Amino acid sequence: MTMKIMVAIKRVVDYAVKIRVKPDKTGVVTQNVKMSMNPFCEIALEEALRIRESAAAASEVVAVTIGPSHSVDTLRTGLAMGADRGIHVDSAASLYPLSVAKILRKLVQIENPSLLILGKQAIDDDCNQTGQMLAGLLNWPQGTFASKVVLDKEKQVATVDREVDDGIETVCLNLPAVITTDLRLNQPRYATLPNIMKAKSKPIKKFTPEELNVEIKSDLEIVQVTEPPKRKAGIIVSSVDELIDKLKHEANVI
Amino acid sequence: MPNPNGRATLGFRLRSLRRPTYPPLFPSATPSSRFTLHGKCNDVVRREYHQVPSFFNSLTNFSQTRIWGVGIQRKCYGSIAGLVQRNPGFSKLNDDDVRCFEAILGAKNVVQDEDKLVASNADWMHKYKGSSKLLLQPRTTDQVSQILKYCNSRCLAVVPQGGNTGLVGGSVPVFDEVIVSLSSMNKIISFDKVSGILVCEAGCILENIMSFLDNEGFIMPLDLGAKGSCQIGGNVSTNAGGLRLVRYGSLHGNVLGVEAVLANGTVLDMLKTLRKDNTGYDLKHLFIGSEGSLGIVTKVSILTPPKLSSVNVAFLACKDYSSCQKLLQEAKRKLGEILSAFEFLDGQSMNLVLNHLDGARNPLPTLHDYYVLIETTGSDESSDKQKLEAFLLGSMENELISDGVLAQDINQASSFWHLREGISEALMRAGAVYKYDLSIPVEHLYNIVEEMRSRLGNTANVIGYGHLGDGNLHLNISTPHYDDKILSQIEPFVYEWTSKHRGSISAEHGLGLMKANEIFYSKSRETVQLMASIKNLLDPNHILNPYKVLPHSLIS
Ligand SMILES: Cc1cc2nc3c(=O)[nH]c(=O)nc-3n(C[C@H](O)[C@H](O)[C@H](O)COP(=O)(O)OP(=O)(O)OC[C@H]3O[C@@H](n4cnc5c(N)ncnc54)[C@H](O)[C@@H]3O)c2cc1C
Repeated sequence: MTMKIMVAIKRVVDYAVKIRVKPDKTGVVTQNVKMSMNPFCEIALEEALRIRESAAAASEVVAVTIGPSHSVDTLRTGLAMGADRGIHVDSAASLYPLSVAKILRKLVQIENPSLLILGKQAIDDDCNQTGQMLAGLLNWPQGTFASKVVLDKEKQVATVDREVDDGIETVCLNLPAVITTDLRLNQPRYATLPNIMKAKSKPIKKFTPEELNVEIKSDLEIVQVTEPPKRKAGIIVSSVDELIDKLKHEANVI
Repeated sequence: MPNPNGRATLGFRLRSLRRPTYPPLFPSATPSSRFTLHGKCNDVVRREYHQVPSFFNSLTNFSQTRIWGVGIQRKCYGSIAGLVQRNPGFSKLNDDDVRCFEAILGAKNVVQDEDKLVASNADWMHKYKGSSKLLLQPRTTDQVSQILKYCNSRCLAVVPQGGNTGLVGGSVPVFDEVIVSLSSMNKIISFDKVSGILVCEAGCILENIMSFLDNEGFIMPLDLGAKGSCQIGGNVSTNAGGLRLVRYGSLHGNVLGVEAVLANGTVLDMLKTLRKDNTGYDLKHLFIGSEGSLGIVTKVSILTPPKLSSVNVAFLACKDYSSCQKLLQEAKRKLGEILSAFEFLDGQSMNLVLNHLDGARNPLPTLHDYYVLIETTGSDESSDKQKLEAFLLGSMENELISDGVLAQDINQASSFWHLREGISEALMRAGAVYKYDLSIPVEHLYNIVEEMRSRLGNTANVIGYGHLGDGNLHLNISTPHYDDKILSQIEPFVYEWTSKHRGSISAEHGLGLMKANEIFYSKSRETVQLMASIKNLLDPNHILNPYKVLPHSLIS
């Protein structure tokens, strides 16, 4: 039996970029700012590739991105990392987790993957909802915050270690299933030149939300985006006495 | 259980990758006595030293003594440090001196505490160690002026110190010189967003200036591995080259003005903020690269380029050195205006980094003999990337590149840079290191590495890396311990070889103490003599950074 893995990837402001809030407080500045693949999505894709490479446990890895036309660049990165083909759902509208989950559900119905891997969250909106909503919509089991994934192809079961507050929780999922990835799952590979070259000829299928019959709307309204309050600069005290004095009289903590 | 959430935690991961943390200045490992100045070399010193003339040398004696300079360094293969004797012309520090400095600076900025002096007495490599009893921390140009005026009148020797990351023993005292640290002069004075001209005090740490400029949408025209500690005053004084020189040129072009204090306390205000100013001799250049031997740099004005939004970094493997060289030629043509760095490391450098540097990971699936890091900086992400990709794929087809990776995000780019920038640190962790910083015409550049390797056999790990785009090789010889026998195999061979190929024995690190006597390998007698005359003119008592830069025979 051949097995297909679908991975969702998102283009976000590179996490090493210092975020600036727009003066009108409607969002963050994205113009002339370096955009890259969401790091958790990179980890998701890496995991899919490793599963494909390990004893041919999967035959195909399909990378999906939803977003404006530039998202194709990110998709190409995914293909250069090793995904077999791509799907781009072209939408310039603001997307919220529920819309994304609905689009992904449609694509699952078209592609029929046995496993869906997503990042646990995107570092732009930090929602951490898409994977869970998607599992709900599909009525599939979910293993979120995965720090280890072991796949049994024969039994069609995925064993997932999850990072939870009091340690590691291990869950067994019957396939098909949804997995979302945590930071420590793996270290993603780099895009090598031969693979970048190959990626240029890999197919990318295009859809629009309308073609998939998904209406993009949101019940949320963003009221305001502001920067966190600036921390006051610290001071260097010159003696223990001065420290005690300040703790007593200025900080009023002792 | 830590739950890494989004940007904040990831940011930490990046920072820990990007910033090499240097080993503390004074670990328990003690450098071999050869490199401390009162070591076992003293016998050699005495035998050789009688030839060196006395301190207050008149100008007319120079041509005579110069010959000795050559003679000495040819005859004695030992470390230069071992050859120096304290100049008896210098006074010894006394309590009155200290009181006087306290009156100028306030007691807090006059440091005598031995523990605090330890770090300032030893260099970054733990190779050179002085025994200064006094560290001064002026906060203003006027204080620097008063300090120098006093030292000059008392004939107290002075070593100007910036971030103390210099690699040639220039930034630490040789004996008991008073250390004048610029660290407290760390204010940014002005920044003009239209012209990109920054004026700041000499003690500003390079990385702090970089982050200041980043907020303004500009970058420094220089970048180097020591950015977290080195100061702009130190960079200017060593005419530091670094990683962006191939794009933005040297500090002789980018520094527009300097304020410097001469040995007698005179403040030279040459702090212009003009790109063009042809009025007489451009004396600021005397202070760029003179390693604190002519004056103390207190302020700098510097031209900074705008920060461009699109930066791409590729890490490549080449099968042989000649491919690296051809790749450079091609890159200059095909990447043209967007090429911002072309760095080179050999397989031995890579192994060293992978074995000794935290967080280092080979970006390529296999090991190779030669690696090149290419960075492009431009204003249009998609066209820049296209251009670079086309160049790289083309070079792969031509077999100039055997494998390679292209960073897909800033983190990946940083981790490629980490490999190149972390070599110095990895060398430090690997044991003893002999560092040579050579300019050699690119086509011969790697030959010296191979010759050195066959000379030393398996007694040492010889590695070559550097700024290939500028014809600058860092030849480093790593051994478990410092060893005179190995040193005698390296020097003077390395200098002779470089001289024969019309190279420079110091591309960017300067001469410092390490190579003061070797200057003739790269400069003619007449030139060096003029340098000595300038030194005599500006610092007649030779109190500024003694024993460094110029041959001891001329300046003793
Ligand atoms: C990891 C590492 C990487 C490096 N990479 C490079 C590189 O790529 N390119 C390169 O060129 N160099 C490099 N260097 C060496 C480089 O020379 C220094 O890092 C830097 O330029 C010196 O600055 P500093 O503030 O540390 O000066 P110091 O080390 O304190 O001093 C250097 C010299 O300048 C003098 N000096 C310092 N400040 C002043 C001042 N205000 N006025 C007058 N004289 C002064 C000192 O007396 C001394 O002679 C590297 C060093 C390290 C440790």
